[in-house]
Order: sequence, then structure tokens, then C-alpha cells
Amino acid sequence: MSDRFLEIAGKVRARQRLDAKDALFLFEYPDLPALGALADMVRWRIHPEPVVTYVVGRNLNYTNVCWVRCKFCAFYRPPGDPEGYVLTRDQLGEKIQALVDVGGREVLFQGGVNPQLKLDYYLDTFRWIKTNWDVHLHALSPVEATYIAKISGLSLEETLSKLRDAGLDTLPGAGGEILSDAVRKEISPLKDTSDDWIEVMRTCHRIGVRTSATMMYGSVETPAQRVEHLARVRDLQDETGGFNSFIPWSFIPDQTELSSVKRASGFDYLRTNAVARLFLDNVRNFQASWVTQGPKVAQIALRFGVNDFGSTVLEENVVSAAGGTHTMDLPEMIRLIEDAGFAAIPRDTNYTLRPAPSREEIDARWGRHRARTAALAAAEAGGAPALPGQGATQ
Amino acid sequence: MAPTPHSVPSVFEAALDRAGLSSIYRKVLDGTRLTGDDGLKLAECQDVNALGYMANLVRERKSGNLCYFVRNQHINYTNICNKDCSFCAFYVRAKDPAGYVLWPEDVRKRVLEQMEEPVTEIHMVAGINPRLPYEYYLDIVRAVKETRPAVTVKAFTMIELAEIARVARKPREEVFAELKAAGLGSLPGGGAEVLSDRVHREIFPLKLTPAEWLDWARAAHLAGLRSNATMLYGHIETAAERIEHLLKLRELQDETKGFLTFIPLAFHPENTEMAQLPATSGLLDLKQIAISRLMLDNFEHVKSFWIMVTPPVSQLTLWYGADDIDGTILREEITHAAGARTPQALTRNELVDLVKEAGREPVERDPLYRIIWREAAHDGAREGAVA
Repeated sequence: MSDRFLEIAGKVRARQRLDAKDALFLFEYPDLPALGALADMVRWRIHPEPVVTYVVGRNLNYTNVCWVRCKFCAFYRPPGDPEGYVLTRDQLGEKIQALVDVGGREVLFQGGVNPQLKLDYYLDTFRWIKTNWDVHLHALSPVEATYIAKISGLSLEETLSKLRDAGLDTLPGAGGEILSDAVRKEISPLKDTSDDWIEVMRTCHRIGVRTSATMMYGSVETPAQRVEHLARVRDLQDETGGFNSFIPWSFIPDQTELSSVKRASGFDYLRTNAVARLFLDNVRNFQASWVTQGPKVAQIALRFGVNDFGSTVLEENVVSAAGGTHTMDLPEMIRLIEDAGFAAIPRDTNYTLRPAPSREEIDARWGRHRARTAALAAAEAGGAPALPGQGATQ
Repeated sequence: MAPTPHSVPSVFEAALDRAGLSSIYRKVLDGTRLTGDDGLKLAECQDVNALGYMANLVRERKSGNLCYFVRNQHINYTNICNKDCSFCAFYVRAKDPAGYVLWPEDVRKRVLEQMEEPVTEIHMVAGINPRLPYEYYLDIVRAVKETRPAVTVKAFTMIELAEIARVARKPREEVFAELKAAGLGSLPGGGAEVLSDRVHREIFPLKLTPAEWLDWARAAHLAGLRSNATMLYGHIETAAERIEHLLKLRELQDETKGFLTFIPLAFHPENTEMAQLPATSGLLDLKQIAISRLMLDNFEHVKSFWIMVTPPVSQLTLWYGADDIDGTILREEITHAAGARTPQALTRNELVDLVKEAGREPVERDPLYRIIWREAAHDGAREGAVA
């Protein structure tokens, strides 16, 4: 172990904040057990109980129409494209009911930036959902919020307040990508700037809407730009304390315009989690990205600073459109958590623990869900029209 | 700058202390052999980084920062088998229309198909097909060596050798000598499964018993054939049975020094009679590498077989005890019959990149660990690689 690493380890042990140079060094340091042990130590400091949480939630990708055209995205269809869709209320309702049937409450309502959908669409849809189901709306993302405000001619704060009053509970930290404008110009030139993203988060936190923060690494960014991203998240968290969690995931290049980029490794994923856990001393929760990493590496992340296994998702369309293929149901998730030596406890979107149903109940609910999904797939294979997809990350 | 008193070793020492592994850690530092009880304690430890830290000390003591790989081709010469192992999705019974045999001409063609690839190893294993005569086995080895004289033929697991001797109706020493004369260079390590009488009875009763497997390995080593050794983990075996397996291999290695490398193989349940079992977890894969490295003090190498644990996990194992990542492989069929979704081949460049990204130095070897290639102007050990 190098002296420089031991020096940084000393800072962590002494609970001193790491600086950008420390993080940059760690991003190139290869000794995984050392990085993991240090991040794990911090994890136990924040979460002394041997518990890994999860949330029973689903993705609801209400539209795939998007004018932002990010090069890293294989999910969107430009306005006017025949494959573009907006889910009907029947379709939304069916999907929400499937979540309720497996005992879940978190609806990740997220889609493209669709110029046809104005503020009223969201207000009406949110009210309709909240009237009909007892669910938590983890909805939109900064770029969607910015655009809705813009086309409505309202301020961000007015827009977000109206959305909150209509039922928005928390806002996912998606679209953070890398909070460095040099990177955003290259991979998503039409998307919001880093400052815009931060401003939406700041506004949410001010009006009492908590959020998560993500980082999509492994496209064209440098290690220094990853550190820049972490620093922006940490700075805002110092200011507002409104981030519930941090969720790094890797860019999946296969079916995107950036398909020549090499897919980031599991090694990189674990190291990135460890460095972020060490750097973001003011963020409580780290979520595993099994959707991008698969079950093996996601489970190993539980020893690299991660204390939460994320959402059951139910249906995923964004990463899978790009070439990721991982799926996981709740019994499998619980098995992996327990295999790692932790108790698996459900939580809500704000990371408050919830009572766990019995294993029999969980197995029965998910058995019914699997049967229903299989029946739908069979109907689809038999020629019935396919339901449009679901599923952004985070 | 000098290490601070709050160093990472002290983080590990605290973790090892919490896990009750301090005395084991001292043994690892001294190079003292671990006992079976030590192995059980390691198996109970959930802190994979603490295990990895110790295993990496041993790994770097033996191999420094090197990570070995081989360019190889797999040829599974028949899928017909009479052993009915419940963990296998590859075999079919004798009259099954899906059954095949690659005759010497077919083997020759398979080799010719890959002549562009600079492989140094042809790995041949297959089912136990009692209709194949003794000459067949000599002929397929000859077919490879005639087509591609420079490669090492690494072929036949212990159960296959027992079958070959059965159809030869000759003493096994004579069979070994004739196979070697035909061109057999070394033996793979497959088929050991779990060297436990209970596991043998339950899932592979028609195969060699653990004692017989060890007896064949001993005889082969004495005949000058080096072999590997594997362990198929993640099905019905207990942690104690895994440790028992390692101890038996260690004992034989003390006697013969014939084993080159140890390879834990992750069980793939899909399409087998044990399809209800889950796949092995990533943490178990890492732990198994680390525990093997710590227990097998007389094995020079521990290999992670990426076909079974996935390339991302194999890359991680390079810091948890493994110093070998197998090879390019070119068409794996046995694990893929059991539902493996890993690729069936990796290119040399993919392997080299994967090793380098993990901060290790890639070294291409042949099946006997002779070095074929090493980057000429490599930039020395990476920082942090050798503590």
C-alpha cells in the first residue's frame, strides 16, 4: 500500500474531509480490498446495524418522446417518430396496480422531455394517481422539471411547488450524468447545464421535496471530471441537506450513438462507489445499481460502501434499450442481501424503514407477479399488441 | 510521507480482530500453514475485503504483480456420457439424437479452423462414451499434434483417463506412456467436483470416488504428467466439505508437487437436474478464491475461470488471491449448456486490458506456465501493487 493511500486512510480514520486531490488519487488506485475496507468502515460508521435496505418500487416510463437527444441514450424517440408513445391512463393504472399487488409504494414516474406534455398534464396525472392509489410519487428529473417550467412560463419554484401540491413526493436525481459542462456538451449538448441541474435540486430541497443524486460515469469523462461531479453534489448537500442518497451507475454504450466507448468494468464500478462513499461524507445512503452491474457485482458493492439495494423496478426499459439485460425480483434480492450477511429490510423512498412482510407473503406476491408477467409475455408473443415500455433508472 | 498510525492495515487488523481471525492473520504473515479449523473460520467471515487482504499478501508473495493468461482453444470431443451427473447440462445418453463424437478428422478440422489464432494450448475434455476405443484417444491427440505441432495438448480429466485405461485393457502406467508418446502434454483439473464421499454419493455416484480421483491424480503426476485441480462449488456442498477438498489436494500436492494451478468452478444450475438452485453469488466467488489461496500454500497459482464467474468478477479476483485468469478459450460449450451468459471467447486484447485496468501486469503463459509474452517496456510495478 502506498504512503499516499495510507495518508488518505489516516484522514478517513480521523474523520477529516477528503479533498479533490485525494479523490483523484483514489480513482487511480488499484488495491480493491484496501479501498473496499475503507469505504466499508465509513458505511458501518453511518449505518451501524447489519441491515441492507431495499424499496419495492416500479419504473413508469410514461413517454419515450424526447427532443434532447442525448448521445448516451437508446430509449428516446424524437418527436414525430412512429415509435414514440405516451402511456394512457389505462396503461398507467395497470402498471401502478401491479406494483400495489406486490406490496410496493414507490412509483418512479419518469420519461423523455416531451414537448407535447405541459404542466397541466403532470398536475392532472399526479392528482389522478394520488387519488386512486396510496403510492409515493418519485417523479420526473431535473431536465424534465426545467423544461416544464420553461414551456409553462413559470419560475422553477412555482412549477415545482405546483407539482408538489399535486402529489410529487420526491424527485429522482437522474440526468446528473457528469456535472461538468465539458462532458455534457459532448454527450448531451441540448440537455440542461450542470448549474441548471443543481438549481432544480436546490429549489426542490428548499420547498421540501427531497431528492437523490446520481452519477453516470464511464462515457467520455476524465477522473478529474468525476471528482468535479462529486464536489458539486457535496457542496449542495452542505448547503441544503436535501439528498437522500447517491447512486453511481455506469454508462451502457452498446446501442447508443457512443457505442464505440468501452463498457466500464465492475472493477471501475466498485472503485467508484468506494471513492464516492469516502468523498461524500454528508450523504447517508448509497444505492447499488444492479440494473447496470448485474447481481454479482451489485452484491459485492455491499462491501464497498453501499447500504441499499435499490428498487425492484419491475420493468426496465432505458438501460435495457442500451444493451443491459439484468432483471431481479424481490426474493432474489433478499437472497443476495442475506447471503452477504445482512438483514434485508424494506424502506420507503425517504429511507425510513418499513415493516417487512413474512417471507411466505413475499414469495406468494412475487409468484403471482411472475405468473402474470409470463401470461402477458405469452399474449404478446401470440400477437396481442405490446404495451409500451417502462423504465428509466433511478 | 511516512505511513500514518491510522493506516489501512490497522483497518484490516480491526476487521480481522472482530471476525476472530487475528491468529490466522499472524500465520499468514509468518507463512505458517493454516489448519482445517482455520479454513472453517475463514469460510464464516463475511468481510470479503479482510479475506482479500490476507489472500493478496500470499498472492503477491508468490506472483508479485503478475497475472497470467493463456491463448487456448477448447475442443469437447463428445457429449455422450454414461455418468449421469446431476450438475451437468452438457451430456446426453448414448442413443440421444443430439449426441455427437468428433472423430480424429473432425478434431483436425477444429484445429485448422483456429490456425490464425496463436494458441499455445488445446484443451480437450468430454463425456465418458464407452463405445470409443483406446485408439480413438491416441488418434485425437495425434490429430492435434500433427496439425499443430507447437501446441501443448492439455487433455483428459481423471475420469476420462480411467475410462481410457479401461478400454485399453492395459496398466495405467503404459497408457500414460502411450498418451504422452502420442503428444499429450498435460492434464486439466476438471472432474474433481467436491472431494467428499457424501457429495459424491448424492450428485455424481457413477464417477470416480474422491479416493479414486486422488489416486489417479497421484499416478499421473508420478508418470510425469502435470495437472490442474478444480472444485465445483455452489450446489449441495457445505463449507466444511469445501475445506476438506482443499486439504486433500494440499496433502497430495505435498507428496507429488504435480499440480500447477487450482481453479474453483462456480456451479451453473440452469438446465441441470439441480436447476432449482440459485447461481453462486459474487461474494461467494470472491471468498472462494481468497480461501483457496490462503489454504493451498503449496500451489503456485490460483485461477479464476471467467467463463463461470463472468469476466467482471474474474477481474476483481486479481486482488482477492487469483494470479491467473485462464484464457481466450475459443468456444466453450460445457458451462454454456448450463445457461452461462458469459461470452464463449475473449480476445487477447480484451484479456490484457482487463488485467491492466486492475493494475496488474499481464503475462501470457503456456499450459505449463512458461512465459510466452511479457510487455517489453512495461512501466514497473504499479503503485500499491506490492505492499
